[in-house]
Amino acid sequence: MNQHLLRTIAKFSILEAIRDKFLIFIFGGVAVFFSLSLFVGELAITEGAVTQAALLGSALRLFSVFTISLFVITSMIREFNDKGFELILSHPVPRSSYYFGKFAGFSVIGLIIVSIVAACLCLFAPVNAVMLWSLSLQCELMIIISLSLLCLFSFSSITISFSVVMAFYILSRSIEVIQLISNSPILALGSVSHKFMNGLLEVIAHVIPDLYKFTQTEWLVYDVDIASDMAIVLGQTIIYVVFISSIALFDLYRKEL
Amino acid sequence: MKLFVKNTRDLSFVPASVWAALFLSLTLQCYWHWSSSNLEIKRQDLSTPPKTSLIRLVSLDDSVPAAKWVMLWLQAFDNQPGISIPLKELDYGKVIEWLDLILELDNNIQYPLLAAIRFYAEVVDEKKQRTMVDYISKEFIKNPNERWPFMAHAVYIAKHRIKDQQLALACSKLIRQYATGENVPYWAKQMEIFVLEDMGELESAKVLIGGLLESGELKDEHQINFLTQRLSEIEARQNQDPDAIN
Repeated sequence: MNQHLLRTIAKFSILEAIRDKFLIFIFGGVAVFFSLSLFVGELAITEGAVTQAALLGSALRLFSVFTISLFVITSMIREFNDKGFELILSHPVPRSSYYFGKFAGFSVIGLIIVSIVAACLCLFAPVNAVMLWSLSLQCELMIIISLSLLCLFSFSSITISFSVVMAFYILSRSIEVIQLISNSPILALGSVSHKFMNGLLEVIAHVIPDLYKFTQTEWLVYDVDIASDMAIVLGQTIIYVVFISSIALFDLYRKEL
Repeated sequence: MKLFVKNTRDLSFVPASVWAALFLSLTLQCYWHWSSSNLEIKRQDLSTPPKTSLIRLVSLDDSVPAAKWVMLWLQAFDNQPGISIPLKELDYGKVIEWLDLILELDNNIQYPLLAAIRFYAEVVDEKKQRTMVDYISKEFIKNPNERWPFMAHAVYIAKHRIKDQQLALACSKLIRQYATGENVPYWAKQMEIFVLEDMGELESAKVLIGGLLESGELKDEHQINFLTQRLSEIEARQNQDPDAIN
């Protein structure tokens, strides 16, 4: 893997975000959510700051995930349509350098988004909690970035890629609840169809990341032990980013120009 | 293998390191999930409901579907993921606050009253049953001609579940006093008579039937015959057992 090439590709991804005014849009979006949280805070009879932190954190988490995913997908599709992808790979550039360059560039953009979000949240929640929450959000965004890249390499369509990423995200966030519901005492646990669905859910749960353990709002508003959760978040991020990146590279190496 | 990519090169173009990373990371992911996954059942207690204005805001000021959603959520609250909470463990004070919120969101909805008397009042806990009967009595008076079926069921709950004849009498009295609309059937308006009979309050029952017959309110011939017959039966019972006269 060529480090210099990797840095150059990453740099151009960041430049694209700046030139597209994507970062200004993020700043504006965060400002809008911040204003809305002030309004909602006025409605709370008590625990105003806690309510604001919870609602703002939750909204900004979703906002970050949706925007970074869309940005990665649209940026990559433009590169495909402009033949920039072919142009880069027609040079002696290892495909892994291209992939990791893109991944690094988008991750830096994710880091900028997380920094803006964290600065906003610091007004309502303890700084330490916000820092750990933000680190977790960065990990979440890195998984989403790698998944968006994979989907784009595989499907080459904005609609399909974004839909798949969102479906994956929603499923990863709610898999625990879905599994608990499937084990509900009021269901017919012995039926064949139920056993099949339960088994299928178990298999799915094994191959998707436990995103419900990431970036929990309670970290911002309650005095809870975040350290043990952070270890899980970091471990899961490393494993899953490597996993998704391997699949993406697998597709990328087989892609015919 | 053209699973994802249309124009693919041979598998030999994929470096061995990518193959290794793919299988290693998949194995690690499965192991990670298996070792760290413990489905934790989190039992949620019923919280204090938010303000109506907040619900209206969240529902983009479309409060009728919001009321329906909140009602369905409240009704299913005892079935939480992985756990089924007995109704008697719910805080009925908060249940009533939620029911009030739903009625505030949608004036015409009858669902909360039905849920109160046919769902929440079926719990085997006398205090909670009384809470729901009191709640229905209070809400019934606000719109008696529409809400009489719930009050009639409250009479049944008081009489057969709580086995409190005085409470059943008070509920049936409310129906007679307030549910005066033409849409309210006579059997509902006359419930008080039957409760009084069951209580042995034969004289009071007689007075009520007599008053009803004399008022000319009854138009149906069968209804008049039935009540006249009922009056005769009460008189016969009084003659047989003079102690029952009140």
